[in-house]
This record gives sequence, structure tokens and C-alpha cells, in this order.
Amino acid sequence: MNIFVCLKQVGARDSALRIAVDRKWVEDEDLNFEMNEPDAFALEEGLRLKEKHGGEVVAVSAGPARAASTIREALAKGADRGILIEDDRFAQADALCIARALAAAVGREAHDLVLTGLQSDDFGFGQTGVIMAELLNLPHATIVMQVQAEDGGLRVKRELEAGWFQNVSMPLPALLTIQSGINKVRYATLMGIKRARKKPLVTHTAGELGIDMAASQTVRRLYLPHKTKQTQFITGSGKEAAAALLEKLKFEARAL
Amino acid sequence: MSTIVAPLEASVAAPSGGSFLIDDPSPEQIFTPEDFSEEQRRTGATADRFMSEEVAPVIPDYERKAPGVARGLVEKAAEIGLPAVLVPEQYDGLEMDVTTQMVVNESVGRYASFSTTYGAHAGIGTLPLVFFGTEEQKRKYLPKLVTAELLGAYCLSEPQAGSDALASLTRAELAPDGRHYLLNGQKMWISNGGWADLFTVFAKVDGEKFSAFLVERSWEGVRPGAEEHKMGIHGSSTTALYLDNVKVPVENLLGEVGRGHVIAFNVLNLGRLKLGSSCAGGAKSVIADAARYANQRKAFGRPIADFGAIRQKLADMTAKTFAGESLVYRTSGMIDARLEGFSWDAPGAAKTALKAIEEYAVECSIAKVYLSEILDFAADEAVQIHGGYGFHRDYAVERSYRDSRINRIFEGTNEINRLLITGMLLKRASQERLDLQGAIRNLMFELAGGRVARSSGGPFPVQRDMVGRAKKATLAMAGLAYRKFGARLEEQQEVAAAIADMAIETYAAESAMLRAEKASAAGRGETTGDIVTVLAQAMMCAVGGRAALIAGACAEGGELEQYSKMSAKLTRFTPANLPAARDRIAARVLAAEKYVF
Repeated sequence: MNIFVCLKQVGARDSALRIAVDRKWVEDEDLNFEMNEPDAFALEEGLRLKEKHGGEVVAVSAGPARAASTIREALAKGADRGILIEDDRFAQADALCIARALAAAVGREAHDLVLTGLQSDDFGFGQTGVIMAELLNLPHATIVMQVQAEDGGLRVKRELEAGWFQNVSMPLPALLTIQSGINKVRYATLMGIKRARKKPLVTHTAGELGIDMAASQTVRRLYLPHKTKQTQFITGSGKEAAAALLEKLKFEARAL
Repeated sequence: MSTIVAPLEASVAAPSGGSFLIDDPSPEQIFTPEDFSEEQRRTGATADRFMSEEVAPVIPDYERKAPGVARGLVEKAAEIGLPAVLVPEQYDGLEMDVTTQMVVNESVGRYASFSTTYGAHAGIGTLPLVFFGTEEQKRKYLPKLVTAELLGAYCLSEPQAGSDALASLTRAELAPDGRHYLLNGQKMWISNGGWADLFTVFAKVDGEKFSAFLVERSWEGVRPGAEEHKMGIHGSSTTALYLDNVKVPVENLLGEVGRGHVIAFNVLNLGRLKLGSSCAGGAKSVIADAARYANQRKAFGRPIADFGAIRQKLADMTAKTFAGESLVYRTSGMIDARLEGFSWDAPGAAKTALKAIEEYAVECSIAKVYLSEILDFAADEAVQIHGGYGFHRDYAVERSYRDSRINRIFEGTNEINRLLITGMLLKRASQERLDLQGAIRNLMFELAGGRVARSSGGPFPVQRDMVGRAKKATLAMAGLAYRKFGARLEEQQEVAAAIADMAIETYAAESAMLRAEKASAAGRGETTGDIVTVLAQAMMCAVGGRAALIAGACAEGGELEQYSKMSAKLTRFTPANLPAARDRIAARVLAAEKYVF
């Protein structure tokens, strides 16, 4: 199975965030960068499928030059080779632009399965995979929790809302966006880190691939959310109140 | 087969060991944590993740030595390669560079008990074999040590022989059949003693020739003692090892008969540098605990993080940790630079590697002393910041405080290491490997001329000048002490230790300054300037105090007068606004609730 896993490099979660002077994004220089967490689960799923069914895992990213280190991290974890579509503008590009770049790179090669994370930790559009599937003319499934190969196609389990799931059979080639937390992401072992040195990483510029960089979406202003406090009184018997509270914690506060 | 060293920036230099006292290196010549390769960073991230995800959750079990927990963790560590960093590829190792090993040790150092288990296994339990083993010994044991199928331990101390390890009473007699040595005796304070499978045991052949042997736990007559009840590192196994007519096949003699001291001392050089990096990890961990607590705890209606007395502590903990970290990686960078192009395939490879490490024996001892004392200082201040809660077992700093104490004792006590620092500097001078005499002579001419040449330039000219003069004070006082006591200087332990202290303070402050200069040249590091300010002044105070001690002990009358004037001139400084500098350092640490430099 030729598996392409799309990775985004994003600011690390423990970075100190400072809104940039132009108020369109955060100060880049304060950030440490890491692999977008949902993509790490997609990569893990890809590596497991390859271990089961053979083939290769290719790590693909569209980003500035620094994104190469995220691809090398994937190589250290076991991906066979990497492709970087390089352009500084990808750092703040919208989902359509990124999807065009990724689709251009993947579309040039024989692909059975394309995996992305559910969304990115920075912009969080949750669109890149879906748009990419359209551009590549592939069937897709989102928020995937389980992937099984069956009869030359796939059987996947999707997460719906409110504790509901959907099982779907689909043909290959296909694109899946992977839900976070569905597997335990492996370590980049020291052996893997050392081996990654020798694995191929090809860089294309956006220009070489003829990517249309036109933005279809722009950030107008970035600002910190206003903190508000609200008090709600839950009435009823203890039992009713507890049930109502549980409901609120689950679906309003999403704390459970 | 690949080389042990990842390519360094070409400009990182490998000067003679101890030359920091007489040279004036430029920032580009030293290796700093900012120069870590992507692989070194990624290795650190892997080790950090291992510590957070695998080790941290089982600390309570580890602390009570729950059966199988330690072995299980070392096995898991082996799956990701942590014990294999310096082992040659030929024996399933990774053959990475010394800096990578330091990065791993720093990360593992966040939890002292596991750090001790790991160090006893992958360091002193494995490296004697790597450097001194025969082909057969290496083939037999190394692959199993790498996978942690076998756990290693190192048995040097005895009940009556600690710092004077050569006073060993453990005996080895060649059996009449010529096929075995019979080992008899008792070893003491064996880390991993309770669970190790392979012991590197030092014993005297015929009660005279100090030698090393590879001893398997399963052999008849090998009996580990009961677990010792220690002040700290409760999770680490420490036992005695009793040897009662143990038949050791002659093939398991490690190195040559009568050359055991070479193994013992060489392995300790690297061990000391590693201890330095683990202590850096430990110090960063207590800084994070203390900063977090200071932000949460309120007194007089404000977080205690607002108070100058607390900010001073956090800033000093941070500044010293920065210096320690800088000197550890500066040293590992020099070793790696010296080993550039190294290959285990080359003839005499082990000797080449040992020589490169031995070159920096002074710096390794400095790392051991400085960082173990920083960790002790930081853990003590972290308890103090916690107030009464710091004295309670529910808080991590209580454990850190107990755990830190052993670092000043093992791998050679800090007293022994201080004597070694001075002793090795003098020895290198007498072997003409380090031109101390020339430097002292030039200095005397310079001082006789009445003017001290100033080092300056760079973003921190005042501190650069202070470091330059501190070195001169160290040289002047070492020269005075040597003139007074000659080769008997080592017997004047207080004076010898004072010279060592001057060298330690100078190396630490200079390493921090050079690192800050390098960062500044790369457009980073506004706040590291404050750290340099704090460190340089602390260095000058320490150096001035030691210089006075040496002058008083070594001179009298007119000469004393002359040396105290000289020392005053060399160690004079214009005080900086330390509270302001510390306040800015503390602000960074408190905002991030961790060590951020």
C-alpha cells in the first residue's frame, strides 16, 4: 500500500504566544515548532498499516524550509521518504492553498491511501484533507477512528456526535482524516533518528509545482478572547441537578 | 560503518585540556546548547518524552523499589536506544557522539533514582567493556547490555576503600589449573547491586596487582547484600557485593593484570561529565517546581513570586544552571571535536577515544564538582521557596533535596575532584602539555609593569574583562602556591582546593559568557546578558576570597603585601545592579514556569 501522510509543522503547544504587530498572527520568533499533533496520529496509523500490509509511507508537508525538520521526525519514526513543498507563504496559508500544494505533490505519484490529521493545532480549519480529496478526486472519510483493509478497499469507523459512530466501507484509493488519540504514537527511537539521516527527502518549491498561491481566506484580526464569567443555578432535586450538571459539563463546557 | 561524531560546525575548537586558564577563546570556538544538531535535539525530545510518559507515572513504585519496575524501565529505555548511545554499531550500539550522550543524561537526570540506575548500567556498567574489552568479551556481553537483557554494575568501592580505591582488599588468585581466577572479598555501595547481572569488579591479583574482572551474578559465590537504607535516591538499588571463592574464567579478566586503575579512572572521567549533565537536568526540574509553586502560593495577599527574596533565589538557581549547562556542553563539544572522523574500525580506536576524553579530565572534574553543587544549591533553595511544604513528602522538592546530596559524594567526592583539578593542571604543566609556567611568567612581567592588560570587546566587555582578570588571579595564585610548596602542593589540601575553586568559577563564568556572546552574535539572548552579569560578579567574589586564602597561606611579609595588592587589583570590579538583573531573569522563569535559557 502506498501511503502518503500529510504533516503540518505548527507552533509548539507550550510556546509563549504573543500577537504580532500586524495583528494578523502570532510572533514567529517566539515559537518552537513541532509536528501538528493530529497529524502525528495519522502518521502512526499510516506506519501501522504499512507494517500490516507492506508498501511505503511517504511524509509530505507544505511549509517554509523549517518544516523539513518535521518531515525528518516522521522519517525517524519510520516513514520511508519525505517530500517538502517549500514556500514561506504556506506558514499562514489557508486550507485550499495548502491542499492544492499537497494534492499536486501526491497526485504525481501512485497513491493508495492519503492520511491527514483531523485538523491543525494552529488554524484548526479541519478542511485541508477534505479539499485535497476533492482535488485528487478521491473518496474520503473524516474523523476516522479505525481503519481496516478489506476486499481491496477499506472499512473505517467514523466518530459522529454524541457518542455515535458510523462504519463505512470504501474503495481505494481514498483519503482519510484521522481523529486524535486513536493510537499510541510511537517514539522516534535513537536508531530511527540515526537512520533518518540516510532517507531521501525531496524538496520542491511551490513555483516548480505550479501551485496557485492565491488566498481565498485571510485573517483580518487576531485578538485574545475576552474573559467572561457566568453563573448558572441548576434547580431540581439533587439527582436531577447532578444529571443536568453532567450534561452541561459534557456538552457545554466539554470538560468531560 | 559510520563515525561516532555528527559533523560539528567546523569552527568548534579542540584546544589542550586546561587551556581555558591561559587562552582567550572566541565564542565561535566553543560548542553551546544552541548549536545542538537536529538529531541531538530530537534525541533530547525522545528522552524527555520517555521520562514524562514512562518514568514519571511510576515514580512512587520506583521509590519503593517495587519488583520489576526498574528493570522494566531500563528495558523500555533500551527499546528506544537510550543505553546504546556510545556503544559501537558492531555490537548493536548506536555509536553516537558524546554530546548526544550528555543530552540523554540531562533528560534522564530529571529523576535521580532512575538516573542512577541508568548511569550504573549504561555508563560505568557498560563503558569499561566498550573501551577495554576483548573482541570476544564485547561480542558476548555488549549486545545484551544494549537491549538490557543484562543489567550492568560497577564495583570499585569497599568498606575500607572509598576515595582510596586502590586500597582494595578484594583478592584474585590464579587457580592452579590456570583457567580461573578465584575472587574473594567485599565490594560496597554498588548501584544496581540488587538487580544487575554483570558486575565489573576490581580486585588485586595476588593482593597486589589491581585488575578488573567481568563477573556474572549467576556464578557460585557471588552474593549481593541487602538493600542499603539511604538518605536519598531510594528507588535506586544499592547493595554490597560479597565474593566468596568465585571462579572467574581467565577470559573474563578485563584489560591487563595490574592495569585496573587505568580502567577505573578513565571510565570515571566521562562518568563525571555525565554526572554534570544529569545534575543540570535535575536543577532544571527543581527550578520548574519552584517557579510553579512561587506563582501559586500567596502571602500577604500576593503571589510570593512577586517578592524580591524569592526572585533572587530563582534567578541565582537559573544563572548557575545556565553556567553549568554551558560548561558541560562546551566540554562535550571539545571531546567531539577531538573525535571528529573517529571510527571504531580504526586500529587503536578505543585508545583514541579514551585519549580524547582524558585530555579534558580537568574539565570533567570541574563539571562534576560545579554541577553537583549547583543542584544541591538549587534543590535547597527550591525547598526554601516551598516553605513548610518543601519539608513535606507530598512535594517533589522534598525528594529532590534528599536525592541531590549523593552527587557530591559519588564518582569521586568533590574534595577528591578538587584535588584532582589542581593536581592534573600541575601535572599537565610538568608534562609540557599545558604552558602554565609560560603564562605565569608573562603575567608576572605584565604585573611588574604596573598595568593589567584588559580583555574587552564583544557584547559584554565588562564581564569579558572580569573573566580575563579572574584567570590571571588564578594563575598568579597557582604560581605562588607552587613556588611555596612545589610538588608537595597536593598535600596542602586547603590551598589546592582553593586553586581548584578559582579554576572552576572561572571556567563556569567564561563558558556562560562565551555562550551568551555566541547567542548574541546570532541575534538572540537579551536576557542571557543579565545571567552573565550575575555570574561574573559571583565569580569575582569567589575568586577574590580564594586568592586571599592562598596568599595568606603561602606568603608573608613583603611578599604577602605584594600578592594581596596584586590580587585586589585583579579581582576588583565595579558592582552591577544585581537585583535589577535578577529581577529580569526571574521574570522569564516565572512566566514560563520553567528554565527557559
